[in-house]
Amino acid sequence: MSELIVEGLRANAAGEAILHGVDVQVAAGEVHAVMGPNGCGKSTLAHVLAGRHGYTVTAGRALLDGRDLLALSPFERAKAGLFLAMQYPTEVPGVNLLDVLGASLRAAGRAPAADDLGAVLSSEAERLGVPAALLERAVNVDLSGGEQKRGEALQLAVLRPRIAVLDEIDSGLDVDALRAVARRIEEATTEGLGVLAITHYTRLLGVLRADRVHIMIRGRIVASGGPELADELERTGYERWDRPAPAEVAVKLGRSF
Amino acid sequence: MPDLHDVFSVAHAATLGGPGWLRQRRLAAAEAFGTAELPSAGEEEWRYSPVAGLHLEAYLPAPPTGGNGPAPGGALPGSLRDRLGALSALVVTCDGQLVSTEITPAAEAAGLTLRPLGEEPEPVAALGGVLGEPSDVFGLMNDAFCSAPLLLEIPRGARLAEPVAIVNVLSAASLAVFPRLSVVVGDGAEAQVVNVLVSGEVEVFAAPVAELDVGPSARLQYLNLQELGPRATGIDQTAATVASQGHLAIGLAAVGGSYARCRVDCTLSGRGATGDMSAMYFGDRDQVLDFRTFQNHSAPDTNSNLLFVGAVEDRARSIYSGLIRVGAEARGTDAQQTNRILKLSEDVWADSVPNLEIENNDVRCAHASSVGPIDEDHRFYLESRGVPPDVAERLIVEGFFEEVRGRLPVQAVAAGFDEMVRAKIGPDR
Repeated sequence: MSELIVEGLRANAAGEAILHGVDVQVAAGEVHAVMGPNGCGKSTLAHVLAGRHGYTVTAGRALLDGRDLLALSPFERAKAGLFLAMQYPTEVPGVNLLDVLGASLRAAGRAPAADDLGAVLSSEAERLGVPAALLERAVNVDLSGGEQKRGEALQLAVLRPRIAVLDEIDSGLDVDALRAVARRIEEATTEGLGVLAITHYTRLLGVLRADRVHIMIRGRIVASGGPELADELERTGYERWDRPAPAEVAVKLGRSF
Repeated sequence: MPDLHDVFSVAHAATLGGPGWLRQRRLAAAEAFGTAELPSAGEEEWRYSPVAGLHLEAYLPAPPTGGNGPAPGGALPGSLRDRLGALSALVVTCDGQLVSTEITPAAEAAGLTLRPLGEEPEPVAALGGVLGEPSDVFGLMNDAFCSAPLLLEIPRGARLAEPVAIVNVLSAASLAVFPRLSVVVGDGAEAQVVNVLVSGEVEVFAAPVAELDVGPSARLQYLNLQELGPRATGIDQTAATVASQGHLAIGLAAVGGSYARCRVDCTLSGRGATGDMSAMYFGDRDQVLDFRTFQNHSAPDTNSNLLFVGAVEDRARSIYSGLIRVGAEARGTDAQQTNRILKLSEDVWADSVPNLEIENNDVRCAHASSVGPIDEDHRFYLESRGVPPDVAERLIVEGFFEEVRGRLPVQAVAAGFDEMVRAKIGPDR
């Protein structure tokens, strides 16, 4: 069974420390939600795990089934079974989705016949409510935010990764689309997909059942618990957890007195 | 080394033969060339060009038609003939000599004529009719030393079902050739023309000139395919004029040449005329690809839309410089100019210089240019889907050309060119 282990992960973006030691473990079939306010480092976590340029890991490790993800290129991470559903999927002009998925599956040694891939893509698109016409277009180009998000879920469904990091998959989706996407992801978890779902609303968890909920504040996970943690968050907001560390309090006191 | 003017001399122009008017025309140009200098990179229209390193004196001007020149031989590469597909007519020249002319009965019945000007007893106004005075010294050389000028006429109202192809093959080493083509499309006529310049591994110099005269309400799709070999130098000029409600689409597709330049002057001279241009090019190794365009709006309500898209790899260089000129009389002009260059290695150099010259306020003009490497975000996105880096790069480069590929005129032939670009992008490692 697959497992993603993140330990003590620290990372910088543009020279600024964003992640201050993140620990999280996601096993096959589990859904973990990472929740936090804007700017807490959620997207940085997603990008660092996928190997996006512009971030420097300063400490910690991330293992996927024992393999050191941080030593791998973005392609190798994907090949190892990691998938990132991006918050803002990149428009890639002139590049067709079918070519992308075909190349990925071939590289993974799961080369489908062209017709089979087209058929799989069509049937998954139907389940996710992605209009067939969108499949002909260049990847993410001229799509609405919601269409792009459905497209990310569609890719996940076709590529069948071991671990998926979903960066605000819910944003831009209407209620029906959100349900369809959540259902499809849940189905994938029954086949062993482990999910790290990043979001700042509890809305996603209304449709996607989370086994564990983690609260991330200022680059750290400050609380973890069962689904009830999300309910608590819904009542109290993030403020309860957003307490400055003691050292920072001292500095503030020093300034104000 | 001999002197340039001793090689390209009045005496040589005099050997080229033909009717009196054509000989006179050549001699006058050769005399003018005798006192002309090659341009320097200091001149604006030659800025960034490696024109100083041409050494034209090292070439031999193509001998007269029917002279002691090289045997034309098979001339046309089989793969090229296949790519041209079904044609209304095919003209092949080899090393400056007319080798063959074929016209289908249907095209002949439609009124298409192909006339070697060397066989026209009376002066033909179409020769120089669009260009007028040569725009530079290479145009002057073409006037002086064109050995087999050709006129292609599509009469009023005629419609050709298939393209006409003119293929200029350069096969003999150290030869300088000056292909010359005049295309006249009569009122309301419609045609597609493909003009190909192709050479093998030999060192050659070509300075072709094409003139396109698009009549009122006529439509011409014109595709210029540059498939020179790695040691060839090409300095190509296309001059076009479009009459009222006429429509011209010029496409340039360039992969070859050591130094290859294309200059296009498109003048919209009648109300409501349209002159679109598109180019797709790919330079690698030490190639220099040089493009200069002029969108001249000299009548009201004229439209021009230009899209030039190129990539450079290894140590290749590319230059794009374009001018939109809108005259005082050209109110209601709509002119667009876009140039995009993809830099595929650290050692390439690319420049993109758009210019506007507008003398009327009631116009819509826009230009945009971008020069840069593959977008890291594009690369990351594809790799994060599990696409291997080399495949991702190929998909992105092919995708980069997608828009212009669809806009090239004479699509049936342009599609074959696409394969050549793909071959340059290379197989996945």
